[in-house]
Amino acid sequence: MAVITREDIIKPENLVYKRTSLLVDCALSYCPGCGHGTAHRMLMEVIEEMGIQSKTIGVAPVGCSVLAYEFLDIDVQQAAHGRAPALATAIKRLMPEKYVFTYQGDGDLAAIGTAETIHACNRGENFVIIFINNGIYGMTGGQMAPTTLPHMRASTCPYGRDTETMGNPLKITELVATLPGTCYVTRQAVHTPGNVRKTKKALRKAFEYSYAKKGVSLVEIVSNCNSGWKMTPVQSNKWMEENMFPYYPLGDIKVPAAE
Amino acid sequence: MAKVKGAIVINNERCKGCEVCVDVCPESVIAMNKNVNTKGYHYAMVTNENCTGCTNCAVVCPDGVITVYRVKVPTEVV
Repeated sequence: MAVITREDIIKPENLVYKRTSLLVDCALSYCPGCGHGTAHRMLMEVIEEMGIQSKTIGVAPVGCSVLAYEFLDIDVQQAAHGRAPALATAIKRLMPEKYVFTYQGDGDLAAIGTAETIHACNRGENFVIIFINNGIYGMTGGQMAPTTLPHMRASTCPYGRDTETMGNPLKITELVATLPGTCYVTRQAVHTPGNVRKTKKALRKAFEYSYAKKGVSLVEIVSNCNSGWKMTPVQSNKWMEENMFPYYPLGDIKVPAAE
Repeated sequence: MAKVKGAIVINNERCKGCEVCVDVCPESVIAMNKNVNTKGYHYAMVTNENCTGCTNCAVVCPDGVITVYRVKVPTEVV
């Protein structure tokens, strides 16, 4: 039997996986190991598979992913801090034939944008919210966010979050799941191959449900922030499994009644 | 039964050396290079020929620098 060399395998007809062409061919501005990159890629793979590149409008937040419009090869509008759901409401109402999504972090969605998020979910607007939860303000230097875990250290709570004075972490995903305007609410992660594939399926369902006028779909992605948490990427993924997942359990929280 | 054989191509200049791909490889194909790329990161490299083309590394890579190829190897009829 002839020996198959590496050169024999690396041919265009044998290609099984490559970075999607819907991500602009440039280096992402995120830290090494950051979940944002994987979340961006899964989002663009879903848009590519559904064939809706020209029909999709994204709304970028303020935070690490503020430059999302540089990386995503679709139409993206930049919103003021926390106001992405309000802007997405306007876009979806004016152009109901478009697929509209917002891409927000926890500081954007759960702190300054709480009012916009809750009211958009309560009104049952037909767009998708992608919520990246890393329990910290990553871009500005690791300050405490509403989603920071009890006793977790951050630059503004160096002795750990004291729940007596600083309150408890906000589970905004469970909160909006109780509202009648949401149709699909789920929590996923992107740190292992299995979770990445589940996240991709969840994103696809979210786009389909919201386009079918069932209401807001919210996909929370629990992610790491190795720079903010002061760990290596591999350590931060392990820490996330041990500490974040007990408080933010993965899985579907609300699915449409028809299923 | 046909066996599968895979190969990965890593974009060395785009790799940020986060090492997430190293742990998820079931065949321990990937390791970090001692050398650094122009950005100063120790980039991932292929160390052996055991790749099965499972795409685990490419799926978790935050920067999408890994391209995966796979072929079926027909086993000889004895």
